[in-house]
Amino acid sequence: MNPARGSLLGIEHMEAAEILRLLKFARRMNPDKTRPLLKGKRVLLLFYEASTRTRSSFEIAAKSLGAHTVLIQSFGSSIEKGESLLDTGYTVRAVGADIIVIRHPNAGAPYVMAQHLDVPVINAGDGLHEHPSQALLDAYTVLRNKKTFKGLQVAIVGDIFHSRVARSACHLFSKFGVKIILCGPPELVPDVAATLASGVRVTRHIEDALRGTDVVMLLRVQQERLSGMKIDLAEYIARYQMNPLRLKMAKKDAIVMHPGPIIRGLELTSEIADGAQTRILEEVRNGVPTRMAILARAMGKMR
Amino acid sequence: MKNPEKNRTSLLIKGGHLIDPAARTDAPMDVLLKDGRIAEVAPPNKIKGAVDEKLDARGLIVAPGFIDLHVHFREPGQAHKETIATGTAAAAVGGFTSVCTMPNTVPVIDSVEGIEWLRQPERGAVVTVFAVAAATRGSKGATLTDFRALHSAGAIAVTDDGKPILDDGIMREALVLGGELNFPVVQHAEDTRMTENCSMHAGARSFRLGLRGMTAAAEASIVERDVQLAMQIPNARLHIAHLSTADALKSVRRGKRAKARVTFEVTPHHFTLTDEDMRDYDSNYKMNPPLRSASDLEAILAALADGTVDAIATDHAPHAAHEKEMEFERAAFGITGLETALALAITRLHREKRIPLARIVELFTAGPARCFDLRGRGSLVRGSVADVTVFDPKKKWTFDAAKSRSKSKNTPFDGWQLTGKVIATVVGGKIVYSA
Repeated sequence: MNPARGSLLGIEHMEAAEILRLLKFARRMNPDKTRPLLKGKRVLLLFYEASTRTRSSFEIAAKSLGAHTVLIQSFGSSIEKGESLLDTGYTVRAVGADIIVIRHPNAGAPYVMAQHLDVPVINAGDGLHEHPSQALLDAYTVLRNKKTFKGLQVAIVGDIFHSRVARSACHLFSKFGVKIILCGPPELVPDVAATLASGVRVTRHIEDALRGTDVVMLLRVQQERLSGMKIDLAEYIARYQMNPLRLKMAKKDAIVMHPGPIIRGLELTSEIADGAQTRILEEVRNGVPTRMAILARAMGKMR
Repeated sequence: MKNPEKNRTSLLIKGGHLIDPAARTDAPMDVLLKDGRIAEVAPPNKIKGAVDEKLDARGLIVAPGFIDLHVHFREPGQAHKETIATGTAAAAVGGFTSVCTMPNTVPVIDSVEGIEWLRQPERGAVVTVFAVAAATRGSKGATLTDFRALHSAGAIAVTDDGKPILDDGIMREALVLGGELNFPVVQHAEDTRMTENCSMHAGARSFRLGLRGMTAAAEASIVERDVQLAMQIPNARLHIAHLSTADALKSVRRGKRAKARVTFEVTPHHFTLTDEDMRDYDSNYKMNPPLRSASDLEAILAALADGTVDAIATDHAPHAAHEKEMEFERAAFGITGLETALALAITRLHREKRIPLARIVELFTAGPARCFDLRGRGSLVRGSVADVTVFDPKKKWTFDAAKSRSKSKNTPFDGWQLTGKVIATVVGGKIVYSA
């Protein structure tokens, strides 16, 4: 397969050097100071799934670079009438898209697009597979807080099975030798998750995950994707909910991250959500410069 | 079932090396075909007298016509994927002289009328088509079809293929009734309660790709139940379609050891590829059962070598491009397979795994003929139907899906360099394909 240059389909096959280059470039991006790197370009945002953060973040990023954006959502478009993914792709290409940003409930949908279209395709989240821009903004956030990936330990707690964020994060951190501990019940964190990348291990015990950890990444239990799986939420809360007492088990300067949306009282308490160690809103803020870098890279303007 | 018009002529296949496992022949032999039957098999140059036509088989293997127990020819109802004419043309290229069509068409073949429709000459079959009829009405799994009537109309087995017969009671009933008629019940073994929304094998790869996986247990649990039933019910005949897991294989081995009448087939893709081979969400690697783990593949290879596997069947499942070029999870299950089956068997099983050619020929001929009681087929002893496949086991070639005779091009083997090629296919004494 030969996706157009500048496509971002996933982190798994991206090289560490390329990731660092992108993160470095993102530091130079300032959403408050328009830089017309993408002046006159058209960025098509094709959203087959609900999104608040990712969509608005990509939109602001594109506009900050001087691009036009068009948002197409499955609701209220031809997609609703049964148009196929590829036909929608051909249509938006014909309309004049220079970059296609796609969010889709099926894993691999951006690959199908990239295989047939000659414009860069940016994966904004595909099913349970990957969410590369989220991993990049998380890496950006970690670097702002920890300076280097060297010697870091990251604990990802929660619904790993249904999380594209977790998959992308594992691939990314693994490339920099970060120790990654996945924590949760077997239904949400199957043993096979440890095969995702080198340096990844699975634990069922929150203490085990937190001890010596620099970054605590929390994930929502994705009830809409459980597909018949029975999860006892009370049990989950009792064993895995992040609260101040538990957070004390991590390193003193540990930061708490969460890709959102957060559910207070489920995967974390309000004290954690609003606590001093939390970087949840900083992640959202960092999403814009990171996505500016992603879009600039797509157009070969990452210089 | 549909016998292509008998040829009132004679054909001498001369100079070849005959492999006829049912007759325990593996030697240079000439074969004389006359009036649609095998008239004589004799050492080189011993057959005298005038013949209408000769086929030079020097340097080639002459084998009984290949039998494919499992094809989807999509007629009636889905002629945009395949027709009986195009499907049988692809079969001829692959050396298959008989094919058994699955009943999951639109409508489902669950009646005598449906079977009669398949046999009409208007369908344009160039090889012999045997109908496998639905086991339950509309393949809905609730009420058995009229086995007796279907049997008399020429159906050679029953199945709800594409779907399993899940209900214990219905499966038991099917095996009891099938046993009375000596009618094989073919099971698509998949506990669909465990495979909802799944599109590939459950393993490290499916986790990595974010695709929900079908566990080996979803196949093995149904096979285990069915083998247990077959061991309990006198005369029951159970045939497991496209077996793909090591665990299911264990159940079948146990059943065979207990002398239950259990047979099974494996597909070329399941002995060639694993779940790790799929790249970039290419839906030409999506089929049901899915490509399994490396250890499942090893178990299947061992069973092919040690004689446990009864037949190689293709599960030829054509789909139009627009049904495949889409989100992996939404794309149709299935790949074509008729034109690559022998070459994959020779390349993978014979050349790489050193399984003797005679065993491979058995898996395409005597083996499948036994599974469905196809009398007069699967062997070239005198009096048999004059179905012959002639192939070159050493010929290297590259498969080009675009040139396939099938209406559909959904195959993961496009561009593969393979060894072993069909040179001529003879049905009822008539050459229907020659390379």
